[in-house]
Amino acid sequence: MFKRVLIANRGEIAVRVIRACRELGIPTVAVYSEADANSLHVRLATDAFCIGPAPSVDSYLSIPAIVSTALTTGCDAIHPGYGFLSERAEFAEICDMHGIKFIGPSAESMRKMGDKATARKTMIENNVPVTPGTGIIKSVKELKEFANQVSYPIILKATAGGGGKGMRIVRNDDELESNLNLCRQEADKFFGNPNVYAEKYLENPRHIEVQIIGDSHGNVIHLGERDCSIQRRHQKLLEEAPSPAIDEETRREMGAAAIRAAKAINYEGAGTCEFLLDHDGKWYFMEMNTRVQVEHCVTEMISQVDIVREQILVASGEKLSHSQDEILLRGHAIECRINAEDPDNDFMPCPGKIDGYFAPGGFGIRVDSHVYPGYTIPPYYDSMIGKLICWGENRKQARRRMYQALKEYVITGIKTTIPFHQSIIEDEVFKSGEFNTGFIEDFYERKNKEG
Amino acid sequence: MKLNTEYIEKLAKIINDNGLTEISVDDGEEAITIRKDAPEVISVAAPAQAVPAPAVSASAPAEKEEVQKPVQKGKTITSPMVGTFYASSSPDAEPFVEVGSEVKEGDVVCIIEAMKLMNEIKSEHTGKITQICVKNGDPIEYGQVLMYVE
Repeated sequence: MFKRVLIANRGEIAVRVIRACRELGIPTVAVYSEADANSLHVRLATDAFCIGPAPSVDSYLSIPAIVSTALTTGCDAIHPGYGFLSERAEFAEICDMHGIKFIGPSAESMRKMGDKATARKTMIENNVPVTPGTGIIKSVKELKEFANQVSYPIILKATAGGGGKGMRIVRNDDELESNLNLCRQEADKFFGNPNVYAEKYLENPRHIEVQIIGDSHGNVIHLGERDCSIQRRHQKLLEEAPSPAIDEETRREMGAAAIRAAKAINYEGAGTCEFLLDHDGKWYFMEMNTRVQVEHCVTEMISQVDIVREQILVASGEKLSHSQDEILLRGHAIECRINAEDPDNDFMPCPGKIDGYFAPGGFGIRVDSHVYPGYTIPPYYDSMIGKLICWGENRKQARRRMYQALKEYVITGIKTTIPFHQSIIEDEVFKSGEFNTGFIEDFYERKNKEG
Repeated sequence: MKLNTEYIEKLAKIINDNGLTEISVDDGEEAITIRKDAPEVISVAAPAQAVPAPAVSASAPAEKEEVQKPVQKGKTITSPMVGTFYASSSPDAEPFVEVGSEVKEGDVVCIIEAMKLMNEIKSEHTGKITQICVKNGDPIEYGQVLMYVE
């Protein structure tokens, strides 16, 4: 087992990883920027090091600062959390070069999945359904042919992109060339790679993702799917497991496909295969996230598997704690991402000082957060201040628990999205379970009609 | 005053409560001096802040990784990076500077090693080194005070 782990992250995920390490008896080193000196993860870790000024690029994204800290404090492993350096292949390589175990997949696995065009190709080779699409586009003519073959709309994507960035929807021949050029320019600017590919664009699909974990002995299991269709501008707001739209047979097929994908790239660690579920019931691979995700908690609640703990165990060479047969998915879990944003003001971020803070509790209630009364949210990072997760024997019970928990949850001094989540949880369409990625837009339209 | 144990205890309490080292009382008839064997007057070194040592200062609680030294007047040289501190360019070389050395802005004062790369740290100020707060091999974090220059 590792003798000391450095957590290259901040906020609630840093707290999450530190807790998992503590439970395994592993001392931890937290890194923090000057803006995070009073953050919870700094206080919980065994040791803490200031690695730079507030801007992420000079601190949480500074590979030299993080690796130096690991070396001077004698850490033999680094957990990257999510975001920041978690999917940077060169960071995994540099850790490797310095004899530090990167808790996650290899640089090679990351690269295979990080390059979207290569990922698609790998999926096709392994019988995983993908949306009809192209390789890297070489000409407008090629693109036009494809678009007319699968019929519009199509979507242009940066091959080095992800996270909802660098994408453009094209609805007809006239918009094609200009959008292709703009997409290439944006791809180059944001990701340093101008290569672009195209896919048939599914209108308002459901976003279904499957959690997998692999060890270094060739074992890979899946822990079922999550439904993350409730998104605003490609940012997830609320997630649930299992998906109300997936039956047992589809779950088995998707799980098997995700495992095939993971085995094809010798995947080690926790990962997620994202699929799009079309209105006709067909589903297609979209991309693979080679890290632990924000919403991993809902899967933990229904599978009783501690995903972060498993990450650490498999990284240290252990076999997976469970075989696929031992995995029993029970009940239903919903997660609300609590952000320091004003839902009445276009979700404008509201950093500032938290005065009062009272978190809900009770059976089936889980709060993963790094905030506390008197804590000042710095303006330099994302606005998520915590996650509220509720479990129930079925979806109705989970939903009702969430309803009560949101009512109990009090945060004063800043604006939060708690009231917004309350209105979603009570919404008729949400209750029905019959929604897709068009939910939020439709939700606002309905609210405006009422109001 | 009445020289009894109660009174002496009161005086001792005053010493402790206020972090004093000595208290003398003389009312013309009787005099008493109580001295406490106190450690050096200490203050937590705050980065980028020069605090003159007051006549009586309270002993501050130890912080996780703060260096406790007498706080001197002067400007600070802080570390712009994370790494390991070395006072000289190699184990057998002379240190770049010592307490009392004269430095100009831009002079190399130490090395911070990170990932096997030696980074020369240059003085941001001109003056005399009044204090070196770290020693060879110490792990250094971003913004940590390395030296004072007056």
